[in-house]
Amino acid sequence: MAKVHVTTTINGEPMEFLCEPDDTMLDALRGPLSLTGSKEGCASGDCGACSITLDDRLVCSCLMLAVESEGHEIRTIEGLAQGDRLHPLQQKFLEMAALQCGICTSGMLVASDALLKKNPDPTEEEVRFWLAGNLCRCTGYDKIVRAVMETAAEMRAQ
Amino acid sequence: MTELRYLAPGTLDEAVGAFAAAGSAARILAGGTDLLVQMRSGILKPGVIVDIKKIPEMTAIEETADGGFRIGAAVSGMALAEHKNFGKVWPGVLEAVNLIGSKQVQGRASAGGNLCNGSPAGDSVPAMVAAGAIVTVQGPDGRREMKVEDVPAGPGRTNFKPGEILVSFTLPPRPPGSSDAYLRMIPRTEMDIAVVGCGVSLTMKDGTVTSARVGLGAVAPTVLLVEDAAKALIGSRLDDAALAKAASACSAACRPIDDKRGTIAYRTKVAGVLLKRTAAIAAKRATGK
Repeated sequence: MAKVHVTTTINGEPMEFLCEPDDTMLDALRGPLSLTGSKEGCASGDCGACSITLDDRLVCSCLMLAVESEGHEIRTIEGLAQGDRLHPLQQKFLEMAALQCGICTSGMLVASDALLKKNPDPTEEEVRFWLAGNLCRCTGYDKIVRAVMETAAEMRAQ
Repeated sequence: MTELRYLAPGTLDEAVGAFAAAGSAARILAGGTDLLVQMRSGILKPGVIVDIKKIPEMTAIEETADGGFRIGAAVSGMALAEHKNFGKVWPGVLEAVNLIGSKQVQGRASAGGNLCNGSPAGDSVPAMVAAGAIVTVQGPDGRREMKVEDVPAGPGRTNFKPGEILVSFTLPPRPPGSSDAYLRMIPRTEMDIAVVGCGVSLTMKDGTVTSARVGLGAVAPTVLLVEDAAKALIGSRLDDAALAKAASACSAACRPIDDKRGTIAYRTKVAGVLLKRTAAIAAKRATGK
């Protein structure tokens, strides 16, 4: 199969890669782009472990063709920390033990970051509804929701 | 094995040409939230994918001169939610579109895809039927318009002719005292497929219903326009007798299946219950009370 050449922007950096026409964005991230922070859980858009943003909009990278990223702006979990400095959400997830096995964590962080950019002061219910597309089989969600709420409060105070 | 070709034309004419030329091997890509799952699971092996999102008309939301809306077939649920006026005029259509999947799915999934996927349980379809939406389709023989309720032909099938592509939904202007609502019955609060879905659109004057439309989903091979339910509501003040009559009309229209999500008897009963609840929400919005 002839590979397709794609030019896109990932975490602010111009990127080029080759992919098959039916590769998903997740395939491209984890394959040629070596950005393995995005995880494949279900590969059918149910679990959110592969969450990224496309032009600042939260999407599942498993439900998007890699070729569709041509000319668009992608952000992944790898773009969340600033060098060695963790994003406040990452820091808070660690402090509050809002993760156990870690498979859902990058998706949870990307989705939570998208929420706080849109709504810096969400209610608990809004956090829970926003994260309904991110499945976690370890934590029972409570620590995750509390970490997001607490991060939001701290970020508002700054 | 045929190779998959991905095309992303910038004009509708190119898209129609490419789609028609590829015949049954071609699939239209809007948000991809159904298509990619079908490809991944091996149900579908398209030879050509025509991505319509580079066609400006497909991703535009326009307020028409007469006060209606034109929504491109590939407009995502999130884009529709972010529009400053749409949800004020058509809160029922918006809540139906926004019930489809997670926030991630909302970022991509479109009402156009929901309609073309042909599921009897598609959430946006009963609300669009209630809204009286007209769809514009374009194919090798040019453009035509269809009522949205005439699009579904059965589970997974539409009445589009070969090579035709859904372009947009047009929602009519709203007289004062109008609103709509959509409710679905699912056994949980989020992320599920409708057991029954009900859309109601009302116009009211001095507490009396002057026009009404009712759409029902997941109770027949296609989404239904229930004209008898609308007739029972029109002229009434949504009193118990009128609501009971409209609910009976909804139950009578049901031709559901038994499946893991609900039995025939349950769906038939719930269709009537949902009509009453949905009409009450639409009326409250229409009268501002």
